Amino acid sequence: MSAPLSFRAEIGRQLGRRRTVWIFGILIVLPLLFVAAFSLDSGPRDGGANAGTRPVDLATGGAANFTIFVLLVSGELLLYIVAALLAGDPVPAEASWSSLRYLLTAPVARARLLTSKLVVGLLSLAVAVVVLAVWALLVGWIAYGTAVFTIPGGGTMPWGTFLPRLAIVLPYLFVSVLPIAAIAFWVGVRTDTPLAAVGAALIAYIVAGILDSIDALGDWRKALPGHYSRAWLDLLYSSDPDWSAMRHGVLWSLLYAVLFVAIGFRRFDRKDVLS
Amino acid sequence: MLVSLRVGVHNLPMRRRPVPRRVRPVAVISALALVIGLGGLTGLAPPAAATTAAGVTETEAMVPVGTEPDGTPVQIDTSTFAPGTTGRHPALLLAHGFGGSKADLDTQAKRYAAQGWVVVTYTARGFGASGGRIHLDDPALEVADARTLVDTLAARDDVRLDATGDPRVAVAGGSYGGALALMLGATDPRIDGIVASITWNDLALSLFPQQGLPAGDGRPTTPARIDPTDVPGIYKQLWGSRFFAGSVAGSQGTSAPPATSTTPADLLCGRFDLSLCHGLTAAAETGTPAPELLDTLRGHGPNAVIGDRMPPTLLIQGLTDSLFGLDQADANARAIAATGAPLAVRWTDGGHDARSATQAQDDAAAEAWLGHYVKAETKPALEGSLPVAAFTYALPQARRQSAPPLVTLPAYPGLGEDDATWSTIPLVAAKDSSRILTPPGGQPASTTSIPGLAAAGLSLPTYQLAALPGQSAHMDTRDVQRMTIVGSPRVTLTITSVAPEVTLFVSLWQVQGSAVSQPRPLVAPVRARVTPGVPTEVTVALPAGTWTVEQGSTWRVLVTSTDTAFAGSRDARADVIAFPTALAVPTAVGTPVSVAGERDTESWLLAGALVALLAGLGARAWWARRRRARLPFREDLADVPLVVSHLVKTYADGHRAVDDVSWRAERGQVVGLLGPNGAGKTTTMRMMLGLIRPDSGTVHVAGHPITPGAPILGRVGALVEGPGFLPHLTGRENLQAFWRATGRPAEEAGFEEALDVAALGGALDRPVRTYSHGMKQRLGIAQAMLGKPDVLFLDEPTNGLDPPQIAAMRPILQAYAATGRTVVVSSHLLAEVEMTCSHVVVMHAGRVVTAGPVAELVASEDTTVIETASAPMEGALATLTGAHGIRSVEVIDEGDRAKITIVADRPRPEVVRLALDAGLDVTGVGSRRHLEEVFLGVIASAQEVGGAQDSGAGGVVERLRQVRAR
Repeated sequence: MSAPLSFRAEIGRQLGRRRTVWIFGILIVLPLLFVAAFSLDSGPRDGGANAGTRPVDLATGGAANFTIFVLLVSGELLLYIVAALLAGDPVPAEASWSSLRYLLTAPVARARLLTSKLVVGLLSLAVAVVVLAVWALLVGWIAYGTAVFTIPGGGTMPWGTFLPRLAIVLPYLFVSVLPIAAIAFWVGVRTDTPLAAVGAALIAYIVAGILDSIDALGDWRKALPGHYSRAWLDLLYSSDPDWSAMRHGVLWSLLYAVLFVAIGFRRFDRKDVLS
Repeated sequence: MLVSLRVGVHNLPMRRRPVPRRVRPVAVISALALVIGLGGLTGLAPPAAATTAAGVTETEAMVPVGTEPDGTPVQIDTSTFAPGTTGRHPALLLAHGFGGSKADLDTQAKRYAAQGWVVVTYTARGFGASGGRIHLDDPALEVADARTLVDTLAARDDVRLDATGDPRVAVAGGSYGGALALMLGATDPRIDGIVASITWNDLALSLFPQQGLPAGDGRPTTPARIDPTDVPGIYKQLWGSRFFAGSVAGSQGTSAPPATSTTPADLLCGRFDLSLCHGLTAAAETGTPAPELLDTLRGHGPNAVIGDRMPPTLLIQGLTDSLFGLDQADANARAIAATGAPLAVRWTDGGHDARSATQAQDDAAAEAWLGHYVKAETKPALEGSLPVAAFTYALPQARRQSAPPLVTLPAYPGLGEDDATWSTIPLVAAKDSSRILTPPGGQPASTTSIPGLAAAGLSLPTYQLAALPGQSAHMDTRDVQRMTIVGSPRVTLTITSVAPEVTLFVSLWQVQGSAVSQPRPLVAPVRARVTPGVPTEVTVALPAGTWTVEQGSTWRVLVTSTDTAFAGSRDARADVIAFPTALAVPTAVGTPVSVAGERDTESWLLAGALVALLAGLGARAWWARRRRARLPFREDLADVPLVVSHLVKTYADGHRAVDDVSWRAERGQVVGLLGPNGAGKTTTMRMMLGLIRPDSGTVHVAGHPITPGAPILGRVGALVEGPGFLPHLTGRENLQAFWRATGRPAEEAGFEEALDVAALGGALDRPVRTYSHGMKQRLGIAQAMLGKPDVLFLDEPTNGLDPPQIAAMRPILQAYAATGRTVVVSSHLLAEVEMTCSHVVVMHAGRVVTAGPVAELVASEDTTVIETASAPMEGALATLTGAHGIRSVEVIDEGDRAKITIVADRPRPEVVRLALDAGLDVTGVGSRRHLEEVFLGVIASAQEVGGAQDSGAGGVVERLRQVRAR
């Protein structure tokens, strides 16, 4: 007799869902879409040659640049949505199917249920991040070759440096979307509609993003979730990176994640399950 | 944006802090027109004393100093800040920047005074409330004024003396005041320490610079050594005019009396010394300085006065300074080093073009320097170690850094070719040589850098303005290795010109994709004498600075024929530039300074908050676990499948859904839980399953208390308020997924029997979302029966089932109970419950109104059910109720007929007779009630007892109708 709602059992519950299939489908299609879009590019327009560095030029420079481009453009909104879905949706989805009460009377202890859902959700998120990066690397390799990474600020980075950096960027991306996952999780245990969980978390991030653009807030903006979401670029701009922004980003993310997960657990433990 | 910025900086060219405190948007012309000539001030201003924070007292005084060359007496405006403590203190003389006044130094003065210094600030001759004219730090005038102030310090009784008339005194200043500090230190042996910021060594070279180093042995290896009269430099016209406008603008708004003279010279020159003024204007107009002017300017700088003795000196020079570059500090450093005096050099970001982001560290270094050499009771040995690093430089500010990182070296390498460690970067140009033209009149001119622009943190895309087609040539680096350039890179150009004199401007850029930017917005002007048509090599010292060079990055050396910041040649000229193959760069690997102010408080606070949060959560969890009263196992109830005792639940909206409900079910029973909607059946059932926490009361299954997620729930199967399945899984997969979630072994599940109950046939392997309501319902019952639970809760199990399926379900449940297990069914189908259940519990409004075996409830000797063809008259019922031996009369009025249940102590025939006698038109007589009648009866009586307040007229009957209709 294994523990109620083992991770394997939970994976079985989530794996065949259309939601899961769609998420990974989009992640797989996205790099291909970029390649298709870039193939339509006919080079810089005349007269606009001095308009500045074109992102396209960097993105199509090789597998490394392409991967970073993909992570950069999808790292914000797409990963937010994926994180909110994977972490926020499982509990309200069970509630909306009416199956939550049967799980709880199976019986699965409430904390155990949340733990399984959260762990499997975050595991899927980690897999999504890795799949996106590895797939982008592969697509970039086939489409644009194996040229070394061109630092946007000038200079190049050999693969031997780039790959370990990428191996740090991916966990950072994962950690930096943890707050939105935790917010979605918290709203998710309060509601019976998955859309509410994902929507609330996204709105929280959008509001934070708007506040982040108000200069008058000064240093207070550092506390906004998502403020350090691009700090991982520090790793790629210099061969001697400055870690402070990433350190702050990780700490803020963990703080928010622990806080919202904790109040999510507390809330669910006391909740009367009426769904 | 650009316009306002430029104006803002215009007026304050030589102040220590380039970001203006007073922004006077006055253009050059209007400023000149507004000049007010000032005569000498007459009369002493009354001394004013004020005590400020930390007991520092400020005393203002006008001090008479040497007369002007024309004999006009001069007094200068001074403030003395004395610390609140008694005893003798070291003294500090603070000198302000060009165009400023002593008021600029208030904050600094108070800070030092609070630390135990006697601080004197003063407004230099020619500025503010002081008298006299501006002589640009003339050793005989401005420097002599400062010596006079040292004399006054020596006379004070709170200043420490090294000897009679020799106070312990330091002098510090920036820009105009920095040069004064150095010159005072060089000429007055009483000075014990100097901090000189962003200032010049040779004013002639600063205003007429030239950074081409001629070829040949014995040639200067650093621009600071070039003799300006040898190859006259190129007038720094942009700064020159700002400088001039600043001096004129600086003479306004003072307490000086209105102009007594309105001569044209006064109007043009303001408080400038007239000969200097005329020399400068002439040079500005022609672009070439007169030899006399150069001589004068050369005499007004540290270069002219530093001899063989200097006090310990800290030189701070800005990396973003197109007025007094690092080469000026280098020249000062060389001269001071030659005297053997202790010396430290700092290159900070900022300068005349931008504010320094490391101001706090610079101030700290200055305090350390003065504290060590001047404030200490006993003077330290000059040969001893320095209180700060001998050389500190700022690297370019990287992405996201709040301030440029500081790095130290144990010795100042200097800017000379034989000083630093050099390496080369290969250069590659599109072609071997390039022809660049100087257009007639020198227009249009390249705009390489806009001095002061960086002050606003702006970097405009100036490359397009700098690299004008036909007037510029460039070469790019390749195969760049990672390094840090510290100093002045050198590039050797081979120039073939049509003219005997060549003017060129060389700058260093970084290429990023198609964007070209200038990390250090500085340009090196070059003037070289050549033989027309003969190639001549010229080594150019690029502006000194620090650059972080990434591996593989691309850098560009740009050569232009004109530059707006300089008064270049106005004659048309063509030069052919042959490109070199390498750029020589001085490199350094220093020790990074861990900046005290940059201690990562954010990280520490966050980490602390995170740890505190985790600790708090852990403590809370531990406390909650300890405090949670574990309901004990009830030995006495171990054999009872289900005991519900005194359950109470009030929802958040105040609705008391369940109010003291108690009942029990035994083995083998099929218990029907009955009640109208809102009676609390479902809430009770949810509490029995641990889905809802009761406010009070308990539920025990086989003696084990039910709590949320209690393991004993594994012996309970349930179907509550409809089935719930994962829509994307098939029926079979759903049952398997559910069973897997319980964590129990598959063989305990009894899938086959459960699937028999579901009777789904081929549909079992279709996704559940395709199922009809009835199919889901049967699958739900099957799921509840998985693992053969001891107690089976079925809420409305017949919902959605057709009559044959309902009939089929009946024996299944009865057979299930017959195995010694217990089934609890809640239903509205009273007939069905009557047929299926052995016992019923009737709830109403949150309470149990009756409970017992079905057989006992429906059949009773003393009960007679009479059916009538019409509604009974009130009188008839009253008669009946009042008759002897009648215990109760319940009427179910159905409009066209009625059902009257009479409970009596008399035999049935007598009861029927009584009814007939009362006038009821009896159409039928029964001995046995249906459960429905029992149910409606008890509900009705419960309503009469407690429901008066919540039912309106005819409410009871209407409500019963509603109940029946369901």
